Parts: sequence; structure tokens; C-alpha cells
Amino acid sequence: MRNLIYLSVVFPLIGFLVNGLLGRKFKSEKVVGIIGSGAVGAAFLVVLAAFVETLRMPEEGRALIVTLFQWVKAGNLDVSIAYQIDQLSLVMGLVVTGVGFLIHIYSIGYMHGDKGFWRFFTYLNLFIFAMMNLVLADNFLLMFLGWEGVGLCSYLLIGFWYDRKFEKSTTSDAAKKAFVVNRIGDFGFLIGMFLIYLNFGSLNFTTVFAKAGVGNIPESTFTLIALCLFIGAAGKSAQIPLFVWLPDAMAGPTPVSALIHAATMVTAGVYLVARCSIIYASAPMALTVVAVIGLATAFFAATVGLVQTDIKKVLAYSTVSQLGYMFLAMGMGAFSAGIFHVVTHAFFKALLFLGAGSVIHGMHDEQDIRKYGNLKKYMPKTAKTFLIAAIAISGIPPFAGFFSKDEILWEAFSVGGFGFWIFGVITALFTAFYMFRLYFLTFEGKERFDSHHVHPHESPAVMTIPLMILAFLSIVGGFLGMPAIFVGEEGNLFGRWLAPIFKSAETKIFTGAEHSHLMEILLMAISVAGAALAIYFAKFVYLHKPEIAEKVSAKLKPIYTTLLNKYYVDEIYDAVVVNPIRLVSESFLWKITDVKLIDGLLNKSAALVDYLSGYIRKIQTGAVQFYAIIMMTGILAALFWIIKSL
Amino acid sequence: MENHYILSVLLGIPLLGAFFILALPRHNASLIRWVGLFFSVTTFIVSLILLSKFDKLNALFQFRDEFEWISTLKIYYSVGIDGISLPLLLLTTFLTPITMFSSWSSIQKRVKEFTFFMLLLEVGMIGVFVSLDMFLFYVFWEFMLIPMYFIIGIWGGEQRIYASIKFFIYTMAGSLLMLVAIIWVGNYAGTQSAGFTTLLSQYYILGPSIPIEIQKWMFLAFTVSFAIKVPLFPFHTWLPDAHTQAPTAGSVILAGVLLKMGTYGMIRFSIPIFPQSAQYFAPWISALAVIGIIYGALVAMVQKDMKKLVAYSSVAHLGFVVIGIFSFTPEGMQGAVLQMVNHGLSTGALFLLVGVLYERTHTREISEYGGIAKITPVFATIFLIVCLSSIGVPGLNGFIGEFLILLGAFRSSVLNNQAFAIVAASGVIFAAVYLLWMYQRVVLGPVKNDKLLSLSDMNTKELISVGLLLIFIVWIGVYPATFLSWSDAAVNNFVLKTTRQITGF
Amino acid sequence: MNLLPFYLIVSAFMFFTGVIGVMTRRNAIIVFMSIELMLNSANLTFVAFSSFLGNVSGQVFVFFVMAVAAAEAAVGLAIIISIYRNKMTANIDEINILKW
Repeated sequence: MRNLIYLSVVFPLIGFLVNGLLGRKFKSEKVVGIIGSGAVGAAFLVVLAAFVETLRMPEEGRALIVTLFQWVKAGNLDVSIAYQIDQLSLVMGLVVTGVGFLIHIYSIGYMHGDKGFWRFFTYLNLFIFAMMNLVLADNFLLMFLGWEGVGLCSYLLIGFWYDRKFEKSTTSDAAKKAFVVNRIGDFGFLIGMFLIYLNFGSLNFTTVFAKAGVGNIPESTFTLIALCLFIGAAGKSAQIPLFVWLPDAMAGPTPVSALIHAATMVTAGVYLVARCSIIYASAPMALTVVAVIGLATAFFAATVGLVQTDIKKVLAYSTVSQLGYMFLAMGMGAFSAGIFHVVTHAFFKALLFLGAGSVIHGMHDEQDIRKYGNLKKYMPKTAKTFLIAAIAISGIPPFAGFFSKDEILWEAFSVGGFGFWIFGVITALFTAFYMFRLYFLTFEGKERFDSHHVHPHESPAVMTIPLMILAFLSIVGGFLGMPAIFVGEEGNLFGRWLAPIFKSAETKIFTGAEHSHLMEILLMAISVAGAALAIYFAKFVYLHKPEIAEKVSAKLKPIYTTLLNKYYVDEIYDAVVVNPIRLVSESFLWKITDVKLIDGLLNKSAALVDYLSGYIRKIQTGAVQFYAIIMMTGILAALFWIIKSL
Repeated sequence: MENHYILSVLLGIPLLGAFFILALPRHNASLIRWVGLFFSVTTFIVSLILLSKFDKLNALFQFRDEFEWISTLKIYYSVGIDGISLPLLLLTTFLTPITMFSSWSSIQKRVKEFTFFMLLLEVGMIGVFVSLDMFLFYVFWEFMLIPMYFIIGIWGGEQRIYASIKFFIYTMAGSLLMLVAIIWVGNYAGTQSAGFTTLLSQYYILGPSIPIEIQKWMFLAFTVSFAIKVPLFPFHTWLPDAHTQAPTAGSVILAGVLLKMGTYGMIRFSIPIFPQSAQYFAPWISALAVIGIIYGALVAMVQKDMKKLVAYSSVAHLGFVVIGIFSFTPEGMQGAVLQMVNHGLSTGALFLLVGVLYERTHTREISEYGGIAKITPVFATIFLIVCLSSIGVPGLNGFIGEFLILLGAFRSSVLNNQAFAIVAASGVIFAAVYLLWMYQRVVLGPVKNDKLLSLSDMNTKELISVGLLLIFIVWIGVYPATFLSWSDAAVNNFVLKTTRQITGF
Repeated sequence: MNLLPFYLIVSAFMFFTGVIGVMTRRNAIIVFMSIELMLNSANLTFVAFSSFLGNVSGQVFVFFVMAVAAAEAAVGLAIIISIYRNKMTANIDEINILKW
């Protein structure tokens, strides 16, 4: 099966083509849904089979490259469509197709009755196709194909309801913003690729990373490459300063938010950094930048998440925040911890979004959490699974989020020091607080909606079963990567599995000061206790004494509004970047430079000729005899001149 | 060489067709259209035969045919193609029938003259790409202006006269410079040995030996005339007018083929004849190209007229091609050749699609549209794919070309400054902005006004003509090897030769 | 005795008469006749030189000129007639439609 890994790319492609070309004619949601989900399910089985097969193999021979055909060849550049199997790509492939499959199933219920049902599944399959290219690619160029491809699908899906309003503008505005901001990141990726080609003479992972490991290339080059690639990663994974598109991306249907803007696509940046771990390991400066940006993003987004009132917005900022954690891990050189968080995050964040989707579905497209309340009564399954996810993300053991987040915090402490750790913990507390604020406001307390007009209902099984599967994974997923102090180095299955990938990178990095086990357990206890306290506090404020929240927000009005308006980042970008460019282009470049200056100069020179000939043409009287006289005079003059010169 | 007639046949078929059209009765428009289509399709088929006999591994000119035309001046009728002109030749023979087919319903007046001029135009375009004699090249170069002038001037929009005259004079002014340079070099040949000649092979030998001071002027004379055609900033202002005013078929040919002649001229003439000067001026020209990329994109962004927007986007796209050419690297050059074809396909398709809308609503104002995705879903989908190809999304054609060009420019030792590639690469961001913004305003959102509700989706004819382009848009994106392999040998040889002349080894 | 100068003088006189006629007369027909006069003066010169130099080619040219003049007369008169039909005048002062 390992040799057929490309099938996991081909199946979604077939699904895309079939649904895209014929979907409108099927007339039946069932057929479209089965084709769409089946394609992804088949892809999942392929990856799973390859995974099982790989698991049985000895550790040395696990990497495999399957080449399909030569793609671009010019000069020294020779790039093929080739897929790579190794521990990292298999993990990512499993997450993408596995979670993707569940979300496809869920979408059959969620999108039921939508006019664009077939279009939705077409786009989703295209997304899986692109994402699989991204994670399985064996070279940067093919990865870039997937990279831009997922960006495109994100564009298509955010703007899926292209005629709807979204906040102050429209969904298509949000979609365009996502694409353009992603493109800014892609620009960095592109430059990074050029630098790689210039310095390593190839774009194939194997060649590049082998050469990078040898180390006759200056550190500054590595730093430059790493930073350029990080611009790309920041764009895709919504890090400061390119995070602005992700909250707006919530304009898309909720399954899209779950699949693309939580579980898979946004983690592509993390994957890129992990994939290039050897390059980052050779550039300590870049690693620091990654860590700082990651931490800053995590903290910043968590503060914004505290006050949002739109259920999806809260989750969006939570995603940005969690992505920040992953980059923090990358920056600390804890690559496998970061990837581990990618995996667990995929489970519980997808679950959160799907749960939110279920709520929105049940509440007839109402997204304001202030208008929910006591939904536990009406949709018990959704409430339970949502609670599990909320616990998982808050980092309460033994749920999945605890293990992955704790590993990151520990690395932050031992490599980065106390400063990194304390901000990480505060962010974690915030996370626990706003997640439970969300939970309590939505599912507990009193109904705050008009129960005469709104009749919440539980979602159909096709939607709740994926929720339950994800909930199960959110509970047990963490046991794959138990901390070494509990089970020993061998017990951390996840870390052991990925170890060969990051071996060469990790030998290059400062691995942190030695700390006692006691210290680690102490820190762990602090963060867990803090999270529990935050949860209790959220319960207290939002369930028992709702007036506290109002009082606090009234008292801290300036801070509150700043947070509510997301620090005005969008407005600042508009004022500093977007509007000036548009203004300069329109009034200066076009209307002055082009029309007045260049074209004006041209038309003026034409006008000059016109003006001068206005005089000369007067000679053209139309009287034949006048012409004859001039001719005669001319001939005489010529004759005279000739005779004279004889 | 047994196939040396084939290029002359290729030139002869449309010419014959043009005069055959003249003999047909004026009132039978559909007969005229069919005959015109027949001749242009035949030309395309002959060009496919040409392709099948083309030897990809041979870097030299193939299908050569040569005899004395004006013997006292040693002017030859000399034709031949290599891997660089082949893709462009095929693009020409491919686009002409498509445009003729697409103007089936949009051109209603003077069908006879229109078909006549289209076929004549094809003769001129093919001639430009196959000429291996400077004088012959010049004749075709100028010859092609005439039908285009009439196509814009007769079947164009409201300001067609202004646009056609501007187009004509602009291009003419440039090519006169080239004529002077051709004569000068011909004379120079006379002073050296063989007497006055305009044979390209002689120019290739003599050009590099011209004293550098004069060579620079000669190079500029050639290059300015090509730069106007490309068009390179700041010689671009004829383009928006010509594009906007031309009928759809004219815009497609103009964008698809005519602009490529400028860049083709640079590859075929400017650089190999005057390699040292080309190297000297490479940073300057690249700088103009980079300015064009950013400038074209920014100005395109704020346009209110769809055709103008696409026209300015051409300025940006062709800027990429120029950088690729002046990178003097095989990657950049391969990318440039491919990008010429890509731009012909994508922009050609964009103009066809704008034409589809224009034919229904008779307006090109972006603000008149909105939300037509709901009314014309097929159009919306195809329009999106074409926009994406123009933006350069991987998997479609535009990406491969742009990537190779930027890669070449980045590692170019002649440009020796990565800033060119980096600034040019930022153009990809703006490309996304202006095209998606247009797409958003035209296709997405709620339906803007009731007039749009009666819009009909694309009909079979339109689907066929755009669909043919789409096939290649996807093909090049997925498997560019087919096309890259044609030009591989010629480009490598070209780069090797010019670098050798520049470095003096 | 060499008669050539006389022929030339006559020819020059004829030519000059023709020029004056073309430049001063108003009637198109008369202008036309003046042009014929100039042509014939050229013919005379041709013939004179031909006999003086003993070379026939001059006379050959005369036949050419006569043929051309005849054709020209036909075309020219046709134009004049057509103009007259349109404008009801043969006065060339009034036919200045090719003005700037």
C-alpha cells in the first residue's frame, strides 16, 4: 500500500471532478454526499494502510518516495510530482483525511437543503486534495502547490455563501481578505524557495535537508531562509501580523471553519516549520523569532477571545491562540511536541467547531452567545461533547489537550526560561476561562432566547456521530504522547515515532537546562490548578453572578472596547496599508502619472503637430493655379541653381 | 531538409484565404464566416503537422527556406523556426480560429472585411515569427499593423478612431527606429565584407563585433521598438486604449499574440545581435519591467472598466516575461517563453469572457455588474478559473511561467541583484488583489440590478471557444513538460551562446 | 545651316505660352489645352534633337508622349465633364474642394 500512497491524493481529486462536473445533475444530496465523503474515506484508508505497514517496518527503512511524473524541468531545476512517506507526513495525512472524513460526514447533515450542496462537497474534496499534496509532497514546489491550493479552497469556502452579508461587509470580502493575506505569506514562501534553490541547487526535501545538515552554509543564509519561510507559515497559520484573515474566515459555513480554519489548513505553517526543522535548527535567531511571535500571538488572541460574543469568533481567536502555542513549541525546538499539539488540537478544536455548528444549526443561524442559554436541555449530545472538548482545550488531565499543552509549557520553561513559561500559563488560564464562559453561556443557565419563536433541537445522527468520535479522540488522544516523567522516554509513543525526523535538528539545538522531575511536576500542577480555578471563576461569573461581568466590563470600558474591537488591528491595517495603496494607485498612479503625465505628454506632442500643421495647411488653398505657380517657382529656382553650379 | 516548404505553405494558406474571401458575395455572411474559419483551421492543422515533424533536440533553425528576394541589396526571403518561435507560432495559429469563431455573433457589420483582415493579420503574425531576414521581418512587422488598425478602427467601441490611430502611430514610431538600425547594421555589414545584407545569420555574426558605443545605440533602437510593443513601462499607454476600444477578437489577438512580438523580438534580435549592450542595459530594462509589474498591477486595481483592468494586467504580466528574458538564465528564459504562451491563453480567455458579458449587457463598467454568479453559474466558474490562472495559482498555467521567471531572475548573474526578483514577486500579491476584487464585484455578492436577471449563461459557441483555451490552461499547469521540452534545446543553446559572447569566451 | 536653335526657340515659346495659359486662364478646358501645348513643345524639342543627333529614339519618345497625351485628354476631359455636371461650371477657381 505504501507504493500506492498517491491514491490518497487521487481519490479526493476524483471526488472533486465527479461532483464538480456532474454534481448539479445528480439532483440528490445523498449521491453527492456519498461521493464526496467516500472519496475522503478511501483516502483515509489508503493512508491508514500505509501507516500500519510502516509501523511494522524497522525504523531505518520507513521513508519512501513515490514519483509519479516529472513536473517542471528547466535549467538545473528538476521537480517531480512525487509523494513522500515518512513518519511526519503519515501523521499529518492521517489527521487530514481522518478528521476530514468525519467533517465530510457531518456536512451531509449540516448542509442539508442548501442550494450549493454539490458545490460545497466539490470544494471540500478539492481542499483535501490540496492539503494532501501539501503534507505528502517530497519537494517545496509541490508543497507550494498544495499550499496555494488550500488557500484557494479557503477562499472558495469562506465565500461559499457569496451573496450574504457578513458583519460590516460581505462574505466575499472576507474570502478575498483571506486569499490576499495568505498571498502575502506565500510571497515569503516563494522567496524562501528561491533562496533554497540558490544555496542548495534543488527543491527536493531529501537533497536540501541532506545538504543543510552538512553545514558549510553560513548561518545568516539559514536565518534568511528560515525567516522567509516563516512569513509563509505566519500567513497560513494566522500569526502576528498576518492573523487578521482568520477571524473573518468565520464567514464560511461552520464545517469549513472546523476543517480548514481549525483542524488542518491553519496548521500547515506549523508543518512547514517542522518539515524544515533542520533549517530552523541551524538558525537560532529565526527560532527565537518563531517562539516570540508564537507566544505573542497566543497571548494576544487569548485576550481578544475573552470578550467576543459570537460563538465562532471566540473559537476563531482560540484557534489563533492555540496556533501560537504550536509555534512557541517550534521556536523552542520541541518539534514533536508542536506536532503533537497539532494532532490533539485537530481533535478538540474540530469538535468545538462542529459542536458550535450543531448549536447554530439548532438555533436557526443565531451565533450570538448572549442569546443562547440552557441549550443542554435541548441538545444533550452536543452539550456533552462540547464540554469534553472544552475540558480538553483547557488542559485538564487526562484529556488530550493537557498532555500536548503541558509538554509545550515544559519546553518553554526549560529552553526559553521563566518569562516564556509564565506568559504561556497565563494564556492557558485565559483559554480555560473563555472556553467555559462560552460553555456556560451556551449550554447552562437560563434560556435567553425567545422560546416561543425559537425551538432549539438536537442535530441528526449524521452530525452527532462525528461529534462523538471526535470526543472520544479528545479524551484518549493524549495518551499517545505521555510525558517522559510518567512513562519514561519509551512511553511517549508519539515522540518516539517522530524522533527519526527531528533527530538531526534536535542535535543542533540547545535542549534546555537540566531540571528536576519535581520541578516539572510542580509546574504541571500549577498550570492545572490555574486552569481549574479559571473554570470555576467562569462558572461563578457567568452562571451565578452575571452582573459581575457587566460591572467589570463597565469599569474597564477602554480595555473592554479595545478587546472587543480586536485592538483595532483591522482598522489600523486599513488606514496604514490598504487605503493609502488604493488612494495612491487611483489618484496618483493612474489619474496623474498615467493619464496626465505619460498620456498627456503623448497627446501634447500630437497636439503640437496638429497646431503647427494648422498653419502650414493654409498653403493648401485648393486653387489649382496657385499650386501651379508654386510648382513653377520651384522649378525655376531649381533650374537657376543647377545652371549656376555648372 | 525535405520540409522546407511547410512554412511558406503556412504563410500561404491564410493569404490565399484572404483573397478567396474577397471573391465571395458580400451578403452571404455565414458562408464568409465558414470559409474564414476553414482557412484558419487549416492553417492550424498545418502547424500541427509542423509540430509533429519538429525536432525538439535540435537547437538550430528548422524548416529553413531561403532564396534571394531583392538581389541588389542581398535581401532574402528566409524563414525557419526554432524552439522559441514554435510555441508562439502555434499560439498564433491556435488563437486565430478561436477568435474568428468567437466573433460569430458579435461581429455583424462588414463580415467580409472583418474575415479578410483577420486572415491577413494571421499572415502578418506568422510572418513575424518565422522570418530570419531582418528586412522580411520588418515587412511583416509593419504589415500586421494595417489589419489591426482597421479591426480596431472599424469594429471598435466609441473612441475607436483615437485608439486605432494611437496604436498605429505609437508602434510605427518605434519601428522606424528599428528600421534605421537595420539599415545601419546592413551597411556596417557592407563595410566589413559581403556587402549590404539583412540576413539574420549575418547579423548574428557581425553584431557582436560592432564597437560598443555604437552597438548600444543600435540595441536601444531595436529594443525601444520592441518595448513599445510589449509594452514596457512607460511606453504602455497605447495598450489600455487599444484594448478597450478593440472588438473582442481584436483584444484577444492583441493580447494573445501581438504583445508577444515585442518580447519575441528581444529574444530573437535585440539580445543575440547585441549581446554586450544587452548585458549593459539588462538592469535598466529589468528595472522598467519591475516598475511595470507593480505599476500595472496597482493601476489595474483601481480601474472601473473591465477591459482596461485586463489591459493593465497585461502590462504587469509582460513585465515578468521581460525580466525572465533579461535574466540570461535557462530557467528565466524557459519561463519567459512559457509565460508568453500562458499570457496569450489566460488573457485571451479573460477578454473572451469580458466579451461574453459585453455582448449581453453592452457595458464593461464593473459597477454595472454584481452577483451574477447566481444567474450565470457556468460563466462564474469559468471566469474564476481563468482569473486564477492569471493570478498564478499553482496547478494552472500562470504559476509555472512566473515561478521559473522569478527563479531565473533571482539567481541571475547578469542582473546580479535579487531585489528585482523580490520586488517582482510581490507583484503576485497585487495580481490576486486586482483580479479577485474585480471578480468579487462582478460575480459575487447580491444581484446588483434587475437588468442582470435576464442574463443568459454561456452558450455552446462561447463554451467551445473558451473551453479550448481552458484545456491548455490546465494542461500547462499540470504537465508543462510537453511545452517546456519544445524550447529546451533552443533556450539552452541561446543562453550558452549569449553568455559566451558576454564573457568573451 | 544649323536650324536647331530656331526649333528650340519655337519650342520654348510654345512651352512658355502653355505655362502662362495654365497659370492665368480660368476655364478648365483652356487650361487643359495649354497643357497639351506644353506637351507638344516637348515633342518638338524631341524631334529637333532627334534629327540633329541622328538618333531615332527621340522620335520614339514622341510617340509615347502622344499616346500618353491622348489618354490623358480622354481622362481629363471626362473629369471635366463630370465636374461640370456636378457644379455646373468649368471655372477652376470655383473648384477648390481640396482645400485644407
